[in-house]
Amino acid sequence: MTPRWLHPGAWWLWSLCLAATASQTTNPLLLGLLICAAVIVVAARKPDAPWGKSFEFFLFLGAMIITIRVLFQIVFGAGLGTTVLFELPGISFPAWMSGLRLGGAVTLEALLGAFYDGLRIATIAIVIGAANSLASPTRLLKAVPTALYELGVSIVVALTFVPQLTSDAARIREMRKLRGRNSKGLKGFASLGLPILAGALDRSIILAESMDSRGYGRHQKETTLGRRVSVTLVLGSLSLALIGVYSLLTAGTTALVAIFIVFIGLMLGGVTLWRAGRTRIRTVYRPDIWALPEWLVSIAGIAVLGIFFTARTGGDQALILTPALDTWPSLPWWGILAFGIACTPAITTPPPPAFDIEISAPTSVEART
Amino acid sequence: MIIFESVSFRYTEQGPPVLRDLNLEIPAGELALLLGATGSGKTTFLRAINGLVPHFTGGYFTGRVSVDGRSTRVNQPRELADLVGFVPQDPVSGFVTDLVEDELAYSMECLGIDPPVMRRRVEEILDLLGLTELRNRPLHTLSGGQQQRVAIGSVLTAQPQVLVLDEPTSALDPGAAEEVLAALHRLVHDLGITVVLAEHRLERVMQYCDSILLLEDGSIRSGSPSELMQTSSIAPPVIHLGRLAGWDPLPISIRDARRAAPPLRALLANHSPRIQAVPTHSPRIVEIKKVHFSYGDKAVLRGVDLDLDAGEITALMGRNGAGKSTLLRTLVGLKTRSKGTIHVNGVDPNTLAAKDLLRHVGFVPQEPHDLFEALSVAAECKSSDSDAGCPPGTTRALLALMAPDVEDGTHPRDLSEGQQMLLALCLIVAAKPPLLLLDEPTRGLDYPTKKKLGEVLRGLANAGHSILMATHDVELVAELATRVVIMGDGEIVANGPTQSVITDSPMFAPQVSKVLAPERWITVEQIAHALSQELA
Repeated sequence: MTPRWLHPGAWWLWSLCLAATASQTTNPLLLGLLICAAVIVVAARKPDAPWGKSFEFFLFLGAMIITIRVLFQIVFGAGLGTTVLFELPGISFPAWMSGLRLGGAVTLEALLGAFYDGLRIATIAIVIGAANSLASPTRLLKAVPTALYELGVSIVVALTFVPQLTSDAARIREMRKLRGRNSKGLKGFASLGLPILAGALDRSIILAESMDSRGYGRHQKETTLGRRVSVTLVLGSLSLALIGVYSLLTAGTTALVAIFIVFIGLMLGGVTLWRAGRTRIRTVYRPDIWALPEWLVSIAGIAVLGIFFTARTGGDQALILTPALDTWPSLPWWGILAFGIACTPAITTPPPPAFDIEISAPTSVEART
Repeated sequence: MIIFESVSFRYTEQGPPVLRDLNLEIPAGELALLLGATGSGKTTFLRAINGLVPHFTGGYFTGRVSVDGRSTRVNQPRELADLVGFVPQDPVSGFVTDLVEDELAYSMECLGIDPPVMRRRVEEILDLLGLTELRNRPLHTLSGGQQQRVAIGSVLTAQPQVLVLDEPTSALDPGAAEEVLAALHRLVHDLGITVVLAEHRLERVMQYCDSILLLEDGSIRSGSPSELMQTSSIAPPVIHLGRLAGWDPLPISIRDARRAAPPLRALLANHSPRIQAVPTHSPRIVEIKKVHFSYGDKAVLRGVDLDLDAGEITALMGRNGAGKSTLLRTLVGLKTRSKGTIHVNGVDPNTLAAKDLLRHVGFVPQEPHDLFEALSVAAECKSSDSDAGCPPGTTRALLALMAPDVEDGTHPRDLSEGQQMLLALCLIVAAKPPLLLLDEPTRGLDYPTKKKLGEVLRGLANAGHSILMATHDVELVAELATRVVIMGDGEIVANGPTQSVITDSPMFAPQVSKVLAPERWITVEQIAHALSQELA
């Protein structure tokens, strides 16, 4: 296939489906397969661009999540299970503090349970990180409805600031070294704060000016009546949607009524967006196309979610794993099928465009020389 | 096209006026060059054209600026986006998207231009600025010159009638600067765009401009280049040469100067240029042998050999990406070479702890404010004394010597660019490192500040420091360096006395040398000296 950028919406749909899938199980084998699928697809289709490098950060984040979850279990652990690994000096608070307990016996079952739970959250972070590195966040903006565009821009600017901050931090640490400081350790780390913030502030002002002087935010003026109608619509649709979701989750009302309320809320929201979009004059340059590969990627995501959902409604025991020592997590055949489907985007999509990069620039200082 | 009517501006109510009752008109189709010392309000003036001043900065603004009849009083910058294209000083921070093509289309998307029209204009601009090969590239993988061209292209697609540029070539090597200026020249000639640009390196832009706006103390004098240059204190070497030789009319371009030069050549025929004394038998400070470095599989340094002695000022030149910055960073231990040996003052910088490093080698980065961390100049100097382990007050005394007008209470980031550079230099020099490295020290500095910096550096060299500076500034090199090293593609391609290296290369030749080639004169000072001997 000729290299081209895949529609970012397809990548995000695929990854959100995998994230939803991960949230349905604590089986470490199934979760591991989902992580593998994300790694395989990213390895095959990651572009050689700045945003493509963020996946490693998400893998690291996943590892941190698991570690923190397990540590919390050790410190605040409730003593499930019987296989005691070691004892920590513990304090039990009285019942009026809801019987909170610190330390105490640490059991293998409790640790395993914490590990499975941490793994589930880590998997969600990693598959979302996959979309983040496969599709550029700013390209996703092209597909955002006009009315939400400005909101989208602020989110994207915030997102792209994180990699900027890390490279700033690296640079300022180098500068510390030049002045004969040791910037390792907590104290050295804390002293980076002010210069980094000053730099970030400078840059965001330059970006805002640049966007404004290139016409960002131009729109036709709305009449007072029109603005009042808009505000009413926004508030109305939001409250309806909230009431609907609330009644869905509580047992009070029947599901049908709740779904109906949510539906009305969403419809009103649609009208609001359409009205707001009318006053904007934005057009889109070369919108990303949605062709067969995009369909295949989305279908792959939805199919994986579907398989897990069917298994769950069918009451399949492989999904929920109670942390017991005598049971080895089982790997059902449909889990392997789902893994295979989740990996298909590595083959069914066109590769991203490749560039002949003359200078690789590791820090912003060098990028500017 | 652009009309200023009694425009005054100050940032705070009590503060000094930055612009003072300006009345001027820039006609359509003109390329106007804005001159002024650092901190004279050039950026403020440029930003007033599209309304960023005062809409974005706040402040006290009186009078009226109008572009093609539209006033910035009632129009926000975004409402002028189809009329005025504004290219900020640092194009990278102003990029909104990831890819070249998207960046070019961004303004048009905001203006709501029809997709087929957008498509066509992007193709036109890609051709006009020679960006076709780069259309799919992420912006951060481009070189400085390419980024600057994309920044210009991205405002041109909205088809503005006015283009405003703030120091478009200050970060570029001579070749890339030529590229950008040639593109601008073509825009003015082919499309009739009105261009206003500020630039410190007059030697690069003077020949292209139709008129000059000279900003001094908030007031502007405007006129034709040859008229204003008779008296201006801010002038490129070719003008100083012309004044010295008494040429009339004053030549603005190298070509005109060459045509006026024969009588001067005759006068100089019996003289040879006075060369800066190079110290002999001084101790060796740096030995670099067969040093390699690579990022991933991209080799940046390939077998660099270089020796530096005490008292030398060595200029490191070469196009962007040739490996200059990497070599400096390897010398100060920020990067670890993959092969080869480096000895600075007898030790390998990579083995030194941060505390000892400063006593062997000091590095002043391109953005000097990266070094600052305190909230006042005094506090900054105090912490430098303790870093360097010298008696309290040493750094402050040094600063008082280099920049007498800096006050203790000022926030380091509020200093002018020249003062920031001098403060950073003091912070590093306080520890008396035998080797002093500078990365692009004159970026954004005007001629007087550059001169001041040159004097300071020469003083440090005479005191026994060995100085190595990476720079694109050929005029600075001609005035200051005792030796020039040119890098290309990670290797050293030339290494020798300034006089011979820079006169050999058309790219790195200073203006005086271009006018008087093949004779090896490089500075106006040399000629003044020779002429005074001739008269005596």
